[in-house]
Amino acid sequence: MAAIQLKNIIKRYGSGKTANQVIHGVTADIAHGEFVVIVGPSGCGKSTLLRMVAGLEEISGGEISIGGRVVNDLEPAERDIAMVFQNYALYPHMSVFDNMAYGLKIAKVPVDEIRTRVDKAAKILELGPYLTRKPRELSGGQRQRVAMGRAIVRQPQVFLFDEPLSNLDAKLRAQTRLEIQKLHRELGITSLFVTHDQVEAMTLAQRMIVMNAGVMEQFGTPEEVYTRPATTFVASFIGSPPMNLLRDAPDARPGTIVGIRPEHLDITPGGWPLRVEAVEMLGAERLVYGRWSHGSGDEMVILRTEESHAVPALGAIIHVTPRPDRLHLFDAKTGKRV
Amino acid sequence: MDKRVVFRSAWLPWVLIAPQVLVITVFFFWPAAQALLLSVQQSDAFGTSVEWVGLDNFRNLWNDETYLASFYTTAIFSTLVAVLGIGLSLMLAVFADRIVKGALVYKTLLIWPYAVAPAVAGVLWLFMFTPSVGVVSYWLRTMGVDWNHLLDSRHAMTLVVMAAVWKQISYNFLFFLAGLQSIPKSLIEAAAIDGARAWRRFWTIVFPLLSPTTFFLLVINIVYAFFDTFGIIDAATQGGPGKETSILVYKVYYDGFKAMDLGGSAAQSVVLMVIVVVLTVVQFRFVEKKVNY
Amino acid sequence: MVERRPLLNAFSHLILVLGVVIVAFPLYLTFVASTHTASDIVQAPMPLLPGAYMIENYTAAWNGTGGGNGSKAPVGQMMTVSLVSALIIAIGKIAISLLSAFAIVYFRFPFRMFFFWAIFITLMLPVEVRILPTYQVVSDLGMLNSYAGLTVPLIASATATFLFRQFFLTVPEELVEAARMDGAGPMRFFKDVLVPLSTTSIAALFVIQFIYGWNQYLWPLLVTTNENMYPVVIGIKRMISGGDAQTEWSVVMATALLAMLPPALVVMLMQKWFVKGLVDTEK
Repeated sequence: MAAIQLKNIIKRYGSGKTANQVIHGVTADIAHGEFVVIVGPSGCGKSTLLRMVAGLEEISGGEISIGGRVVNDLEPAERDIAMVFQNYALYPHMSVFDNMAYGLKIAKVPVDEIRTRVDKAAKILELGPYLTRKPRELSGGQRQRVAMGRAIVRQPQVFLFDEPLSNLDAKLRAQTRLEIQKLHRELGITSLFVTHDQVEAMTLAQRMIVMNAGVMEQFGTPEEVYTRPATTFVASFIGSPPMNLLRDAPDARPGTIVGIRPEHLDITPGGWPLRVEAVEMLGAERLVYGRWSHGSGDEMVILRTEESHAVPALGAIIHVTPRPDRLHLFDAKTGKRV
Repeated sequence: MDKRVVFRSAWLPWVLIAPQVLVITVFFFWPAAQALLLSVQQSDAFGTSVEWVGLDNFRNLWNDETYLASFYTTAIFSTLVAVLGIGLSLMLAVFADRIVKGALVYKTLLIWPYAVAPAVAGVLWLFMFTPSVGVVSYWLRTMGVDWNHLLDSRHAMTLVVMAAVWKQISYNFLFFLAGLQSIPKSLIEAAAIDGARAWRRFWTIVFPLLSPTTFFLLVINIVYAFFDTFGIIDAATQGGPGKETSILVYKVYYDGFKAMDLGGSAAQSVVLMVIVVVLTVVQFRFVEKKVNY
Repeated sequence: MVERRPLLNAFSHLILVLGVVIVAFPLYLTFVASTHTASDIVQAPMPLLPGAYMIENYTAAWNGTGGGNGSKAPVGQMMTVSLVSALIIAIGKIAISLLSAFAIVYFRFPFRMFFFWAIFITLMLPVEVRILPTYQVVSDLGMLNSYAGLTVPLIASATATFLFRQFFLTVPEELVEAARMDGAGPMRFFKDVLVPLSTTSIAALFVIQFIYGWNQYLWPLLVTTNENMYPVVIGIKRMISGGDAQTEWSVVMATALLAMLPPALVVMLMQKWFVKGLVDTEK
């Protein structure tokens, strides 16, 4: 059944000498019914990748298959997909019903069938009372639901989401996240979800593709990505506050970077000496920023301490020790996990 | 400026653009090229022989007193129309902007002259001022002014200027009103708090902020005075008395269609083309800058 | 204004009323003149209040049975010519401009920018500047004294194309993408999405172009010699024969009022779109 296969996908702008390659050989297999999140900072190419799957961008190299079919040369409408856009992309002059029905109308689906599908989607998304309204009469969250409804009625093999939560306020974002999860549980359709927010990625993904500057740095479950990051980029991108990456840790092999997450540092006597520069009170825990001067320079180290511990004074020296089974080692030159 | 998302089709855009391209090729570029061609030729009255004369037609124009006079006439005419048109409508717009009640009524009542054809405007004003039976000329005579635009060139010029300004007030008024209403109230209030009275506020704040609109209208009014006023002139004075109100475009018409001087008329057309292009380029340059303020 | 100055308010109203009066005065006179007999009018000064001959004058004008030595083309017929040509110009211009703007904005094809600039240039030269050779072309194509000759050369300028292009550039990219997802081809998108979104611009342009077409003078003057094809604007001018004593001013004024009516109605009724159209076209 439906799976998405990305084989060595390359994206290039321009041609000849002035060509600019922005995506460098992404390969991934996405299983049927899987919810995969593509996450990365702005400009990493995640939207471009999604749009290539959608057929809105040309594929410069490699192959994309959906449901076993190579779709490189197919128009978006022929790929059996549906997309939810960041800015909803609702037709402003059509009612909610007509917005959802438009694609079906073009595909010459019979009128009763259209009615049934739209009503069903409206029920799932609680849009029933709004079917006759125009988009401008709806709130942001409602508009986003209409956009999802438009995708649902097409009954596609794949759902594509292009940063759909970015335009919503924080509370609505959390709410809509839950709705998307619920939708996926109910409908079980293969989904590709693009976001720059690592929290969204961690909470929604069954597996995630972490991208940086056009390269897929890791493809794994949230658990894998968090506990065994494949590169320093992944290590510092996922997790907040980010993992401490130390170039010059004592006892470390030269040419390696030692990584330790803030929650895996304990305050113990005889550990690395840190001069406290700042303390952030987050309620349930505290973040302590300490400067560690050693060898060739100094680095900033962040650690988490719980409520029960005393608050370190600014300027004081504290000593921390990493938990040995939580150390990560990366090659200093390539950034890859060792 | 460009869209990121486009449709892919090899033949459709050509089909879509064909009607317009066809029309402008046949009725714009081809005649424009012809005008250029004609302007460097001289044909005899019967059109049987055509002679290449290079820039002679242009040289003749420069030496032609009536042509230079026409230039002068056009300059006076367009300056008067532009200055009066802009000044009067600015005043009306300023007052309309400050009252709250009845603004819409005044606006509606002041914009309808836009709908009047220049030619009709010419006829109306002619009617009011005809030396023998016009109402206004009668009043003028009772006040001691012997109005006769058929004989006195200054009267004739006054007549066409008035008709042209009358018609253009509504257009300028609309733009000034829009410009005034786009000035943030907070600026005016800040100035008031700083101690500036209404008169000073107008000249030091409102007017400078309005300058893009003013400049734009200046160009528009000049182009209007150059071309759209043909109907007024033809209806009211036919370029007379003599040639005193024969503005450039009128001369092109007269020379080409009445006097049958094809080469000369074409050369005049080319000169006009250059003037318009310069004016338009100037307008675009400055208006573009305005958008970036 | 910031301060509350009742005196200045009263003064403002005064100026505005004065402005309205001056602007309206010619119209009022015209109306009055159209309700008297010709002989009443030529006895200076003309009466300033309406007379009793309205019906006669207007009927005479409409049917072309007025006295005087000027042209006697029936105004009814001339209004029809004006109406038809104004409509052809407005609708024709809007139609071809929609298509051209669509092609330029939403497609990539060789020489696209060349055509764009070519169309742009036509903005710069009104018909008055190229009358002679355009006349020649029209004459050569046998289009004199025809609706085609009256209207097609005036459709050549690009104001509408520009307005639509500007508007199309503000339509969000994602609408097109969503439409592609929905399976809409370019013309489908054009018909179902782009045009409905453009209705305000279309209405605004319609007002401006209709008035432009109705008020044409120089061009019809050149291409029509047949009284059957005179638009009413030309007809009025032709009614004024030589010396003004021989002109039947009452009928002329009646004609003038009739000629002013349709564009004035369009402006008043569609005021909102008209203002928007003016301000947008010139940006």
